[in-house]
Amino acid sequence: MIHQISIFLENRAGQLAQVTRVLADHSVDMRAISIAETSDYGVLRVIVDDADKATNVLLENGFILSKTPVTVVEVPDQAGGLSPVLEALAEGNMDIEYMYSLFTHRDGKAYMVFRTADEEKFKALVTAHGVALAGNEELGIK
Amino acid sequence: MPNYYQPEIETASREQILAWQNERLVKQVKHVWDNVPYYRAKMEEKGVTPEDIKSIADLHKLPFLTKADLRDAYPYGLLGMPLSECVRIQSTSGTTGRRVVAFYTQHDVDLWEDCCARAIVAAGGTKEDVVQVAYGYGLFTGGPGLNGGSHKVGCLTLPMSSGNTERQLQFMTDLETTILCCTPSYAAYLGESIAEAGLRDKIKLKAGIFGAEAWSEEMRRDIQNSLGIKAYDIYGLTETSGPGVAYECSEQTGMHINEDHFLAEIIDPETGEVLPEGSKGELVFTSLTKEAFPLLRYRTRDICVLTRKPCSCGRTHVKMSKPMGRSDDMLIIKGVNVFPSQIETVLLEQGYPANYQIIVDRVNHSDTLEVMVEMSPEKFSDSLADIHDEEKKLVAALKTMLGIYAKVRIVSPKSITRSEGKAVRIIDKRKI
Repeated sequence: MIHQISIFLENRAGQLAQVTRVLADHSVDMRAISIAETSDYGVLRVIVDDADKATNVLLENGFILSKTPVTVVEVPDQAGGLSPVLEALAEGNMDIEYMYSLFTHRDGKAYMVFRTADEEKFKALVTAHGVALAGNEELGIK
Repeated sequence: MPNYYQPEIETASREQILAWQNERLVKQVKHVWDNVPYYRAKMEEKGVTPEDIKSIADLHKLPFLTKADLRDAYPYGLLGMPLSECVRIQSTSGTTGRRVVAFYTQHDVDLWEDCCARAIVAAGGTKEDVVQVAYGYGLFTGGPGLNGGSHKVGCLTLPMSSGNTERQLQFMTDLETTILCCTPSYAAYLGESIAEAGLRDKIKLKAGIFGAEAWSEEMRRDIQNSLGIKAYDIYGLTETSGPGVAYECSEQTGMHINEDHFLAEIIDPETGEVLPEGSKGELVFTSLTKEAFPLLRYRTRDICVLTRKPCSCGRTHVKMSKPMGRSDDMLIIKGVNVFPSQIETVLLEQGYPANYQIIVDRVNHSDTLEVMVEMSPEKFSDSLADIHDEEKKLVAALKTMLGIYAKVRIVSPKSITRSEGKAVRIIDKRKI
């Protein structure tokens, strides 16, 4: 199970740097980062190499956050690589709440985080279309 | 040129005014003692009976009434007449969801409207005038008060209520309004709108009567220039009837208090001690002629100064300065009374931390209210839509409580300054 950490941030200068500073100080390495924002605030979503450690140090530093299980799919790192996943979702009439990519590339593969209303249904749908799911190990996550 | 609505009252000698006050106070105290058990209990607690009040020199013996009393006595506890004799209520927002409701008999409405008529005539109004009332109508006293006063003077009255600027300007030009009644901030806004629409040449305004919120001499100059009028201040509060408790005359150096109906005192807000005339302190009113809602020694919380310096307009009634501040934490935003405790109540009900900050500003002559709250673990969701939904719920709950829109700004936890002593809850950036 891969966990994403979602952190509340005010939408103003220096807020993001506070998070990355805490993570850097505790040698937490990021695998993916994404932000959803309004003009006043945002939610920073990260995948890190050690979610438990990141959660603890961020909480100690007063951040408000939540830990959410997410599904990571493996796609070929080439033109049209993402299409099968999205076609599968379209066919299954499934909404995506949000998605973003990981920095990690290996052996011609890229990785995407997907968040949907029904994770189990999502997994069943994409695997039925021949899409592989990624685990902690290949992403170097504890 | 002096204009009076009731010259024999407005220019009465000091002796005559005192005679009215003495006679009416004794009668009013008796009326309250006989009909308002809530206040009678307060008098008994202080060991005062109506026999102790022989003239206004004895006024200081009576206990004070505060907004808290009005809340405790809600809705009928301070009623001085049977409900069957009452014809009207007006209301204002109060703390913790309880409103202040004031009752009126037909006689009370008549006297209130007389007071407003005096203000309109003092601003140059006659039956030839067209009066546009752009105060809110309904529970708010502004619209109904000036509307009634305008009828008494015999002016053509345009009951516009507030807002809908385009329609205001259309009637103002088509029906050739000569006197405008609204909040000073709306007057300033109308002035700008007139300039933008290039309607300055089509405006026939000569005077404006503006109240229900604080405004500076600088703002007066701006309004007078942009509308090409003389701008008059008017004072009142729902508890004592509404606008018309005091009003400005041509001298524009303070508002004449209608002393035949309202007895004014200035007290030290800390000790409650009556201060000598000319001192700065809290304004306290005793109604002299009210039937349905007689209030004795009601603490307004407004800080001001009274003066008996003779006035060039010929009126003999005492003048009060513009309120210079409050002796409590009430804010007047867009003419609406707002207490920080009301905002706190909503935040707690909605599950937000009690650490908050209220930022009041005036942008383009219009008041703005922003409530800053901290995000909490309970309120956080990794879905932005969920956070936004919560924010919308809070905005709606604040609107219900306050009656006006407040922008909500959700900030980082622990980011609102926590002070050692009294928290800095209110930042009022308005330069009034």
